[in-house]
Amino acid sequence: MVLYSLTFYLFSSVAVLSALMVISAKNPVHSVLFLILSFVNASGLFVLLGAEFLAMILVVVYVGAVAVLFLFVVMMLDINFVKLREGFLQYLPFGALLGIVLVIELGILFLTDRSSNIYNNQTPLQPIVNEVENTKMIGRILYTEYFYLFQICGIILLVAMIGSITLTLRDKGGVKRQNIDSQNTVDASTAIEKKKVNIGEGI
Amino acid sequence: MITLEHYLFLGAIIFTLGVLGIFLNKKNLIIILMSIELILLSVNINFIAFSAYINDISGQIFAMLTLTVAAAEAAIGLAILVVFFRNLGSIEVNKINQLKG
Repeated sequence: MVLYSLTFYLFSSVAVLSALMVISAKNPVHSVLFLILSFVNASGLFVLLGAEFLAMILVVVYVGAVAVLFLFVVMMLDINFVKLREGFLQYLPFGALLGIVLVIELGILFLTDRSSNIYNNQTPLQPIVNEVENTKMIGRILYTEYFYLFQICGIILLVAMIGSITLTLRDKGGVKRQNIDSQNTVDASTAIEKKKVNIGEGI
Repeated sequence: MITLEHYLFLGAIIFTLGVLGIFLNKKNLIIILMSIELILLSVNINFIAFSAYINDISGQIFAMLTLTVAAAEAAIGLAILVVFFRNLGSIEVNKINQLKG
Protein backbone atom coordinates (compact mmCIF):
# COMPACT_ATOMS: atom_id res chain seq x y z
CA MET A 1 0.00 0.00 0.00
CA VAL A 2 2.90 2.34 0.77
CA LEU A 3 4.40 1.55 -2.60
CA TYR A 4 1.06 2.30 -4.24
CA SER A 5 0.88 5.69 -2.51
CA LEU A 6 4.47 6.53 -3.40
CA THR A 7 3.88 5.64 -7.04
CA PHE A 8 0.71 7.68 -7.10
CA TYR A 9 2.43 10.74 -5.67
CA LEU A 10 5.39 10.35 -8.00
CA PHE A 11 3.29 10.09 -11.15
CA SER A 12 0.78 12.74 -10.15
CA SER A 13 3.37 15.30 -9.05
CA VAL A 14 5.33 14.91 -12.28
CA ALA A 15 2.09 15.12 -14.26
CA VAL A 16 1.05 18.33 -12.50
CA LEU A 17 4.48 19.93 -12.77
CA SER A 18 4.76 19.13 -16.45
CA ALA A 19 1.22 20.45 -17.01
CA LEU A 20 2.39 23.66 -15.34
CA MET A 21 5.38 23.78 -17.66
CA VAL A 22 3.13 23.26 -20.70
CA ILE A 23 1.36 26.54 -20.05
CA SER A 24 4.40 28.50 -18.88
CA ALA A 25 7.25 27.36 -21.13
CA LYS A 26 8.69 30.07 -23.36
CA ASN A 27 9.36 27.78 -26.28
CA PRO A 28 6.31 25.95 -27.69
CA VAL A 29 8.53 22.98 -28.59
CA HIS A 30 9.28 22.59 -24.88
CA SER A 31 5.56 22.92 -24.23
CA VAL A 32 4.82 19.99 -26.52
CA LEU A 33 7.55 17.89 -24.91
CA PHE A 34 6.16 18.64 -21.44
CA LEU A 35 2.70 17.72 -22.74
CA ILE A 36 4.15 14.34 -23.75
CA LEU A 37 5.66 13.92 -20.25
CA SER A 38 2.31 14.78 -18.70
CA PHE A 39 0.52 12.20 -20.83
CA VAL A 40 3.06 9.48 -20.07
CA ASN A 41 2.64 10.10 -16.35
CA ALA A 42 -1.13 10.08 -16.68
CA SER A 43 -0.89 6.71 -18.41
CA GLY A 44 1.18 5.50 -15.45
CA LEU A 45 -1.69 6.55 -13.21
CA PHE A 46 -4.10 4.63 -15.43
CA VAL A 47 -2.00 1.52 -14.94
CA LEU A 48 -2.23 2.10 -11.18
CA LEU A 49 -6.00 2.23 -11.52
CA GLY A 50 -6.05 -1.07 -13.40
CA ALA A 51 -6.93 0.40 -16.79
CA GLU A 52 -3.98 -0.98 -18.73
CA PHE A 53 -5.63 -0.89 -22.12
CA LEU A 54 -6.43 2.81 -21.89
CA ALA A 55 -2.96 3.53 -20.57
CA MET A 56 -1.43 1.95 -23.65
CA ILE A 57 -3.96 3.66 -25.93
CA LEU A 58 -3.07 6.97 -24.30
CA VAL A 59 0.61 6.45 -25.05
CA VAL A 60 -0.04 5.31 -28.61
CA VAL A 61 -2.68 7.88 -29.55
CA TYR A 62 -1.49 10.91 -27.63
CA VAL A 63 2.26 10.55 -27.53
CA GLY A 64 2.50 8.75 -30.83
CA ALA A 65 0.01 10.74 -32.87
CA VAL A 66 -1.40 13.90 -31.34
CA ALA A 67 1.75 15.21 -29.64
CA VAL A 68 3.85 14.44 -32.70
CA LEU A 69 1.27 16.28 -34.81
CA PHE A 70 1.63 19.27 -32.50
CA LEU A 71 5.40 19.06 -32.72
CA PHE A 72 5.16 18.86 -36.48
CA VAL A 73 2.98 21.96 -36.72
CA VAL A 74 5.10 23.95 -34.24
CA MET A 75 8.25 23.20 -36.16
CA MET A 76 6.70 23.57 -39.62
CA LEU A 77 5.23 27.02 -39.14
CA ASP A 78 7.63 29.91 -38.88
CA ILE A 79 6.03 31.76 -36.01
CA ASN A 80 7.39 34.64 -33.96
CA PHE A 81 6.70 33.21 -30.52
CA VAL A 82 8.19 36.11 -28.59
CA LYS A 83 5.48 38.41 -29.87
CA LEU A 84 2.82 35.90 -28.93
CA ARG A 85 3.92 35.93 -25.30
CA GLU A 86 3.07 39.60 -24.85
CA GLY A 87 0.40 39.99 -22.23
CA PHE A 88 1.35 36.80 -20.39
CA LEU A 89 2.26 38.68 -17.20
CA GLN A 90 -0.59 41.10 -17.67
CA TYR A 91 -3.16 38.36 -17.17
CA LEU A 92 -1.13 36.42 -14.58
CA PRO A 93 -2.57 37.96 -11.37
CA PHE A 94 -6.15 37.60 -12.50
CA GLY A 95 -5.49 34.14 -13.91
CA ALA A 96 -3.78 33.01 -10.70
CA LEU A 97 -6.71 34.29 -8.65
CA LEU A 98 -9.15 32.43 -10.87
CA GLY A 99 -7.05 29.28 -10.69
CA ILE A 100 -6.82 29.36 -6.91
CA VAL A 101 -10.57 29.86 -6.56
CA LEU A 102 -11.23 27.02 -9.00
CA VAL A 103 -8.87 24.61 -7.21
CA ILE A 104 -10.36 25.46 -3.80
CA GLU A 105 -13.89 24.97 -5.08
CA LEU A 106 -13.01 21.67 -6.70
CA GLY A 107 -11.02 20.66 -3.60
CA ILE A 108 -14.06 20.95 -1.37
CA LEU A 109 -14.72 17.31 -2.19
CA PHE A 110 -12.12 16.41 0.44
CA LEU A 111 -14.48 17.82 3.05
CA THR A 112 -17.46 15.76 1.96
CA ASP A 113 -18.94 13.36 4.44
CA ARG A 114 -17.83 9.84 3.63
CA SER A 115 -20.84 8.26 5.33
CA SER A 116 -23.19 10.01 2.92
CA ASN A 117 -21.57 8.25 -0.01
CA ILE A 118 -23.96 7.92 -2.92
CA TYR A 119 -22.98 4.28 -3.34
CA ASN A 120 -23.37 3.55 0.36
CA ASN A 121 -20.14 1.65 0.59
CA GLN A 122 -19.20 0.95 4.16
CA THR A 123 -15.60 0.24 3.33
CA PRO A 124 -13.43 2.93 1.74
CA LEU A 125 -13.37 2.63 -2.01
CA GLN A 126 -10.44 0.76 -3.47
CA PRO A 127 -9.40 0.23 -7.05
CA ILE A 128 -10.55 -3.25 -7.95
CA VAL A 129 -8.41 -5.54 -10.03
CA ASN A 130 -10.39 -8.33 -11.66
CA GLU A 131 -9.26 -11.74 -12.75
CA VAL A 132 -10.42 -11.04 -16.30
CA GLU A 133 -7.92 -8.74 -17.88
CA ASN A 134 -8.87 -5.19 -18.65
CA THR A 135 -8.68 -5.45 -22.44
CA LYS A 136 -10.97 -8.44 -22.51
CA MET A 137 -13.52 -6.71 -20.31
CA ILE A 138 -13.51 -3.61 -22.51
CA GLY A 139 -13.88 -5.74 -25.61
CA ARG A 140 -16.79 -7.65 -24.11
CA ILE A 141 -18.76 -4.52 -23.37
CA LEU A 142 -17.59 -2.27 -26.21
CA TYR A 143 -18.76 -4.52 -29.04
CA THR A 144 -22.07 -5.40 -27.42
CA GLU A 145 -23.56 -2.78 -25.18
CA TYR A 146 -21.74 0.25 -26.59
CA PHE A 147 -21.63 -0.88 -30.19
CA TYR A 148 -23.38 2.22 -31.58
CA LEU A 149 -21.06 4.44 -29.57
CA PHE A 150 -18.14 2.60 -31.12
CA GLN A 151 -19.53 3.18 -34.62
CA ILE A 152 -20.15 6.84 -33.89
CA CYS A 153 -16.50 7.12 -32.79
CA GLY A 154 -15.51 5.82 -36.20
CA ILE A 155 -17.76 8.36 -37.94
CA ILE A 156 -16.30 11.19 -35.82
CA LEU A 157 -12.80 10.18 -36.84
CA LEU A 158 -13.82 9.91 -40.50
CA VAL A 159 -15.38 13.38 -40.40
CA ALA A 160 -12.27 14.76 -38.69
CA MET A 161 -10.04 13.19 -41.31
CA ILE A 162 -12.08 14.47 -44.27
CA GLY A 163 -12.42 17.87 -42.63
CA SER A 164 -8.74 18.35 -42.02
CA ILE A 165 -7.87 17.15 -45.52
CA THR A 166 -10.33 19.50 -47.21
CA LEU A 167 -9.24 22.38 -44.99
CA THR A 168 -5.59 22.09 -45.86
CA LEU A 169 -5.99 21.01 -49.49
CA ARG A 170 -5.20 23.68 -52.01
CA ASP A 171 -5.07 23.73 -55.77
CA LYS A 172 -1.76 24.99 -56.97
CA GLY A 173 -1.74 26.33 -60.50
CA GLY A 174 0.75 25.05 -63.02
CA VAL A 175 1.07 21.54 -61.68
CA LYS A 176 1.25 18.82 -64.33
CA ARG A 177 -1.15 16.00 -63.72
CA GLN A 178 -2.05 12.75 -65.36
CA ASN A 179 -5.46 12.76 -67.02
CA ILE A 180 -6.45 9.12 -67.08
CA ASP A 181 -9.58 9.64 -69.21
CA SER A 182 -7.78 11.38 -72.03
CA GLN A 183 -5.02 8.79 -71.84
CA ASN A 184 -7.50 5.97 -72.20
CA THR A 185 -9.40 7.52 -75.10
CA VAL A 186 -6.33 7.94 -77.24
CA ASP A 187 -6.50 6.05 -80.52
CA ALA A 188 -4.36 5.93 -83.62
CA SER A 189 -6.18 8.82 -85.32
CA THR A 190 -5.35 11.30 -82.57
CA ALA A 191 -2.09 9.82 -81.33
CA ILE A 192 -0.13 10.21 -84.53
CA GLU A 193 0.10 13.38 -86.53
CA LYS A 194 1.72 13.56 -89.92
CA LYS A 195 3.63 16.68 -90.77
CA LYS A 196 5.34 17.75 -93.90
CA VAL A 197 8.87 18.81 -93.04
CA ASN A 198 10.82 20.76 -95.56
CA ILE A 199 14.47 20.00 -95.88
CA GLY A 200 16.67 22.31 -93.85
CA GLU A 201 13.80 23.53 -91.68
CA GLY A 202 12.35 22.41 -88.39
CA ILE A 203 8.72 22.13 -87.47
CA MET B 1 -3.91 5.37 1.41
CA ILE B 2 -4.93 6.69 -1.96
CA THR B 3 -8.65 7.26 -2.18
CA LEU B 4 -10.92 8.34 -5.02
CA GLU B 5 -10.66 11.92 -3.80
CA HIS B 6 -6.94 11.96 -4.50
CA TYR B 7 -7.53 11.15 -8.14
CA LEU B 8 -10.39 13.64 -8.38
CA PHE B 9 -8.22 16.36 -6.88
CA LEU B 10 -5.44 15.55 -9.33
CA GLY B 11 -7.99 15.86 -12.13
CA ALA B 12 -9.14 19.17 -10.67
CA ILE B 13 -5.59 20.54 -10.58
CA ILE B 14 -4.86 19.53 -14.16
CA PHE B 15 -8.22 20.94 -15.28
CA THR B 16 -7.42 24.24 -13.59
CA LEU B 17 -4.00 24.34 -15.21
CA GLY B 18 -5.65 23.80 -18.58
CA VAL B 19 -8.10 26.66 -18.00
CA LEU B 20 -5.24 28.85 -16.80
CA GLY B 21 -3.27 27.99 -19.93
CA ILE B 22 -6.09 29.28 -22.14
CA PHE B 23 -6.23 32.37 -19.97
CA LEU B 24 -2.55 33.24 -19.86
CA ASN B 25 -1.61 32.43 -23.43
CA LYS B 26 -4.42 34.40 -24.95
CA LYS B 27 -2.57 34.93 -28.20
CA ASN B 28 -0.89 31.64 -28.92
CA LEU B 29 -3.34 29.28 -30.60
CA ILE B 30 -1.02 26.26 -30.28
CA ILE B 31 -0.76 26.58 -26.49
CA ILE B 32 -4.53 27.01 -26.31
CA LEU B 33 -5.01 23.75 -28.19
CA MET B 34 -2.56 22.04 -25.84
CA SER B 35 -4.47 23.41 -22.86
CA ILE B 36 -7.64 21.89 -24.26
CA GLU B 37 -5.77 18.58 -24.45
CA LEU B 38 -4.86 18.97 -20.76
CA ILE B 39 -8.50 19.62 -19.86
CA LEU B 40 -9.59 16.51 -21.73
CA LEU B 41 -6.84 14.53 -19.98
CA SER B 42 -8.22 15.59 -16.61
CA VAL B 43 -11.67 14.47 -17.72
CA ASN B 44 -10.16 11.12 -18.65
CA ILE B 45 -8.50 10.81 -15.23
CA ASN B 46 -11.86 11.41 -13.56
CA PHE B 47 -13.62 8.87 -15.79
CA ILE B 48 -11.07 6.16 -15.15
CA ALA B 49 -10.78 6.85 -11.42
CA PHE B 50 -14.55 6.54 -11.03
CA SER B 51 -14.57 3.45 -13.24
CA ALA B 52 -11.92 1.76 -11.10
CA TYR B 53 -13.32 2.69 -7.72
CA ILE B 54 -16.96 1.83 -8.48
CA ASN B 55 -15.87 -1.26 -10.39
CA ASP B 56 -17.85 -0.41 -13.50
CA ILE B 57 -16.01 -0.76 -16.80
CA SER B 58 -18.34 1.68 -18.62
CA GLY B 59 -16.24 4.62 -17.45
CA GLN B 60 -13.33 3.33 -19.48
CA ILE B 61 -15.51 3.13 -22.58
CA PHE B 62 -16.45 6.77 -22.13
CA ALA B 63 -12.80 7.64 -21.59
CA MET B 64 -12.13 6.06 -24.97
CA LEU B 65 -14.85 8.23 -26.49
CA THR B 66 -13.22 11.31 -24.95
CA LEU B 67 -9.91 10.20 -26.41
CA THR B 68 -11.46 9.91 -29.89
CA VAL B 69 -13.04 13.34 -29.66
CA ALA B 70 -9.76 14.81 -28.39
CA ALA B 71 -7.84 13.34 -31.31
CA ALA B 72 -10.40 14.60 -33.82
CA GLU B 73 -10.42 18.02 -32.21
CA ALA B 74 -6.61 18.24 -32.30
CA ALA B 75 -6.53 17.26 -35.97
CA ILE B 76 -9.18 19.79 -37.03
CA GLY B 77 -7.79 22.51 -34.77
CA LEU B 78 -4.31 22.14 -36.19
CA ALA B 79 -5.70 22.08 -39.74
CA ILE B 80 -7.53 25.34 -39.09
CA LEU B 81 -4.35 26.74 -37.55
CA VAL B 82 -2.29 25.83 -40.61
CA VAL B 83 -4.84 27.40 -42.97
CA PHE B 84 -5.02 30.49 -40.80
CA PHE B 85 -1.26 30.83 -40.72
CA ARG B 86 -1.13 30.41 -44.48
CA ASN B 87 -3.65 33.19 -45.01
CA LEU B 88 -2.49 35.73 -42.44
CA GLY B 89 1.09 34.75 -41.62
CA SER B 90 0.44 34.74 -37.89
CA ILE B 91 -1.44 32.68 -35.32
CA GLU B 92 -2.54 35.47 -33.02
CA VAL B 93 -5.99 34.67 -31.76
CA ASN B 94 -7.10 38.30 -31.59
CA LYS B 95 -6.53 38.58 -35.33
CA ILE B 96 -9.12 35.92 -36.02
CA ASN B 97 -11.96 38.23 -36.93
CA GLN B 98 -12.49 37.46 -40.58
CA LEU B 99 -16.02 36.21 -40.01
CA LYS B 100 -16.99 39.53 -38.37
CA GLY B 101 -19.07 37.63 -35.87
